[in-house]
Amino acid sequence: MSSPAVDIRRVTHRYGSRTALDDVSFTVAEGEIFGLLGPNGGGKTTLFRLLSTLIPLQPDALRPSEIEVLGLSVARQTHEVRRQIGVVFQAPSLDKKLTVAENLRHQGRLYGLTGATLQTRADEMLERLSLSDRRDERCETLSGGLRRRVELAKGLLHNPRVLILDEPSTGLDPGARADLWDYLRTIRREQGVTIVLTTHLLEEADKADRLAILDQGKLVALDTPDRLRAEVGGDTLTIEADDVDGLAERIRNRFGGDVQTLDGRVRLERPDGHRLVAQLVEAFPGEVRSVMLGKPTLEDVFIARTGRRFVSAEEREAVPMRGAAVVGGRR
Amino acid sequence: MSIIAPAAKSSPVATAQDRPWAVVGTLAQRELVRFFRQRNRVVGAIGQPIILWFLFGAGLGPSFRLPGAGSDGISYREFFFPGTMALILLFTAIFTTISIIEDRREGFLQSVLVAPISRWSLVLGKLLGGSLIALIQAMVFFALGATLDLTYSPLMIAGVISFAFLSAFALTALGFLIAWRMDSTQGFHAVMSVFLLPMWLLSGSFFPAEGTLRYVMWINPMTYMTAGLRHLTYLGSDRAALLPPHLPSLTTCWIVTFLFAVLLFAADCRMAARRTTGDLL
Repeated sequence: MSSPAVDIRRVTHRYGSRTALDDVSFTVAEGEIFGLLGPNGGGKTTLFRLLSTLIPLQPDALRPSEIEVLGLSVARQTHEVRRQIGVVFQAPSLDKKLTVAENLRHQGRLYGLTGATLQTRADEMLERLSLSDRRDERCETLSGGLRRRVELAKGLLHNPRVLILDEPSTGLDPGARADLWDYLRTIRREQGVTIVLTTHLLEEADKADRLAILDQGKLVALDTPDRLRAEVGGDTLTIEADDVDGLAERIRNRFGGDVQTLDGRVRLERPDGHRLVAQLVEAFPGEVRSVMLGKPTLEDVFIARTGRRFVSAEEREAVPMRGAAVVGGRR
Repeated sequence: MSIIAPAAKSSPVATAQDRPWAVVGTLAQRELVRFFRQRNRVVGAIGQPIILWFLFGAGLGPSFRLPGAGSDGISYREFFFPGTMALILLFTAIFTTISIIEDRREGFLQSVLVAPISRWSLVLGKLLGGSLIALIQAMVFFALGATLDLTYSPLMIAGVISFAFLSAFALTALGFLIAWRMDSTQGFHAVMSVFLLPMWLLSGSFFPAEGTLRYVMWINPMTYMTAGLRHLTYLGSDRAALLPPHLPSLTTCWIVTFLFAVLLFAADCRMAARRTTGDLL
């Protein structure tokens, strides 16, 4: 097999005393759609910045971090790597005062495209992303979905072999999200572009060919979404009860195996979940308020690997649903 | 409906070559286009100095007399003319380099930072763009000199344009140095009021060099820009005899301004070449 599209070896990165990435290694094969999944602060954005050459690797004489893109070293052949990659940032990188076409033209020149080549190439990208009729509109007037499309056109303008995207579906409605994935699959199929994207959305990660799950700077899982889920095995039972800890203890004594408590719920994985539901309700009458039986999701994979929920309780509460109603709640 | 059009014959991208001058050109062009699309900036950078020029000219005119000059000497409005030009250059240089902070915050800069370009071309593009904007504005004001006793000759115009451009470049390079590591435009405004404005005030643009202030002015690089512009507005005119005393010679002005520009440009390149996490904010 030829060299991998992306080769990440022993990458460690610190911000002051905080370790953002802790000895992370994995490879991405050519032509893959590879997802970097992790909760906020998990380290995926740092990895994105390193891979996109936005920030340099930190030197470490004993355990040197190394990232190669198509066999080129990000540290020593930065310039060559930059030619090969297309980068789509989470924060918009468009100049809002310029039109769509102007943005592409400037971008092209940064990548050494000029004159007629640039013109043809820009027209082609606009056409492919159905932006031709917007070409003379200023970017500040475009909707979020359209802007993201222009970002994509910008990132792909120089025909990169590896496309790196940071949280590409942030701020997109479901329709635009589906379009984005259609497009990513198309360029992978037709041009063999390798795609690496970060996401904190479980349902998006599910669409990737392979996944790396990062948590607190560590690589906690690396495989296809299907295999990761299969590893968790069987069914997931989530039980709501009044006395969660007591019930968990009693289940453990009676049925054995691993029983977790998470966010005021009892959680267990069993190959024969449906049968256990009946047994549980019979065994502890009145104690079980509700039982949910489900096939394992990537969230279950995350819980199985880290013992924590993917989105922490605080984060879920932080989502402003009814203004300041959260303030002064539990805790 | 899908957004994806079928792949037409995907034109092969010519193996990209390094084209640093195309990069410089495109970044400079972007500055110009952006600036003139934001009309309030245009008005701010040129309007304020013109107002100052008229007001100070009207207010200070009656009581102003250049040391050593007779009563038929230079009016305050005339004296203040090159200084106002310098102020326009300074203001515009500031406004255009503030855009670095915006580029960083709004995200445009990140895509430039990961492009396969040398950082000097990024710096030069930004500086050239800024200097051209400053020059254009200063030249609009320069035309107002027709209301004074100035003698416009081709040589004088060429001299003023080229010297103003060099000064604009130096000031933009100074602004770049200040703005590159800054994360807020407020910070820049603070530097402007405690450092840049006094620098302009003490450049002999507002009042002539006298007493101990002369030594402060002597080490102030902006003194040589104002003085250069002052010399050049009288190039080939017999009114040159009316210039204030203690003015550095035109040659000195050229040399100092040139060195200042080169030095700052080198410093900008050095600073921009360092990749740090601070590039993100």
